[in-house]
Amino acid sequence: MFKSIPFALKVGISYLVWAIFCGVCQALTILRFGFRWNEAVTDAIATQTLIALACFIVNKTLRLGLPTTKKIIQALIQPLGLAGLGVMAQECLIVELIKTTDYEVFFANSYPIRLFYNLLMILLISIITWFWGYFRDQQESISRKEDAERLSREAELANLRQQLQPHFLFNSLNSISALVGSQPERARAMIQQLSDFLRGTLKKDDKQLITLTEELAHLQLYLDIEKVRFGHRLETAIHASDESLSLALPSLLLQPIVENAIKFGLYDTLDEIEIDLSARKENNYLIVEVKNPFDPTTASPKKGTGFGLQSVDRRLFLVYGQSSLLTIKQDGNTFITTLKIPQLA
Amino acid sequence: MIKTILIDDEPLARSIVREYLQGYSEIEILQECGNGFEGVKAISEHQPDLIFLDIQMPKINGFEMLELIEQPPAVIFTTAFDEYAIKAFEAHAIDYLLKPFSKERFDKAMHAWLANRGNKVTAPLAESISTQPEEHSRIVVKKGNNIVIVPVQQIHFIEAYDDYVKIHTTDGFYLKKKTMSFYENALDATKFVRVHRSYIMNLQELTRIEPLAKDSYLALLKNGAKIPLSQTGYGKLKTVLGI
Repeated sequence: MFKSIPFALKVGISYLVWAIFCGVCQALTILRFGFRWNEAVTDAIATQTLIALACFIVNKTLRLGLPTTKKIIQALIQPLGLAGLGVMAQECLIVELIKTTDYEVFFANSYPIRLFYNLLMILLISIITWFWGYFRDQQESISRKEDAERLSREAELANLRQQLQPHFLFNSLNSISALVGSQPERARAMIQQLSDFLRGTLKKDDKQLITLTEELAHLQLYLDIEKVRFGHRLETAIHASDESLSLALPSLLLQPIVENAIKFGLYDTLDEIEIDLSARKENNYLIVEVKNPFDPTTASPKKGTGFGLQSVDRRLFLVYGQSSLLTIKQDGNTFITTLKIPQLA
Repeated sequence: MIKTILIDDEPLARSIVREYLQGYSEIEILQECGNGFEGVKAISEHQPDLIFLDIQMPKINGFEMLELIEQPPAVIFTTAFDEYAIKAFEAHAIDYLLKPFSKERFDKAMHAWLANRGNKVTAPLAESISTQPEEHSRIVVKKGNNIVIVPVQQIHFIEAYDDYVKIHTTDGFYLKKKTMSFYENALDATKFVRVHRSYIMNLQELTRIEPLAKDSYLALLKNGAKIPLSQTGYGKLKTVLGI
């Protein structure tokens, strides 16, 4: 119930209650000096109203955040000035409203204590406001952090699901099932490859950078499995220059690209196909090119930028903060996917 | 003898069906095909009683292949698709085997089919509501002995034609045994609009709308064709075009 009241309103109500409390105390104090009710109440209301106005000004100009020297000086000088101005304003107002010489004398006598009281109140309110704001900022940043973490977890899960393509998995298991009867040794070898591939997929951290050599080793497992599935229809060639092998890239980046190339190549043509992967170093980038044949007459233009490639592009953006590190182009019957991986340091 | 053909692009996937069929002396495997094109040819050549058919295959998928066959034989699908995707065509096939499938599961499908073979129920598979993603972007048709894959953006309009539809494209028209409502649902509704009981139009081909009489309009296409708009069709067209 209380939670549903907006924060600003809660603060406002609290301050109002506080101002009334202080006003009552002030009026009671003045009564003890032998003044009349109406005089005490007028003084209390005028004083508290002007203090509230000063507090309002302070709060509007108070900058939240961590205190710096400049901010602290501002936080001290501003209330002092406002307190001085406030007391002068109160004097004019109250003397004008009450119009007795007794009260004028009383006000002049109580001038120092009034100044001090004003300053104290204004400082108190600004400190409380600052704390309140700080506390709220903290809470917001915690919830923001939680949101970000939740999103990243969801992305991780989606990523995992995407890598463990059920279609790939079940077809591979079906191939193994076929091999068990006729060629048990090959079946065992394929189980081994599939296990190594899955283990590699599960183990790898999304943000981790690995060398091209490691990534290619993981990719080879995948390619070996696909070759068993598709037999003579699928050929692959990998050319990586020596200096490119030690360059870094996010783990599990190449597999979705090659998977896309295989799907595109195998399902868009009837012939035997070759997937060609080449890697080289260019300036401070690792350049990886994956080529696959396709049929430009029947392939719809959108097909090339499938979900797999989109998620690779997204990952590259998240890791490097640069867009268009992944590009695609068509060259006759060849579809080329190019990756540009920045090399840090 | 019962004649059968195996159609799957993965050789090992065909070999397991072959292995499982070894116990069935009455069944003869006439051919193995690695894609739908070979499949269409082999089916018209051998007129099999039963085929084992994969869904995801090169060029055209299993459903698209079946659409090209006038009198489809009994079909047992073998696929790695999950159950959810498979529900849509469940009713039309004899059975579907989810890869990898066991010998027991295979035998169950075979025994059920062999027992019911007398009372032939070859429900038309063609009108399956299931559409694979690629079927939103292309239509597979047969012209003579050739199989043509028509990307949807090349379609000008689709016209009802008795039990068929006429698909008018850049390269003339093709006939296909489907209904208008099938294409109304399968095609992207922001690009193709059913403007009349008998017409679905590609919006990109539209050049002008002309009044014909009171409350009736004609759509003019880029290639010069004129399509009548029904009252509701005209309304739909206006909504899609935002006028």
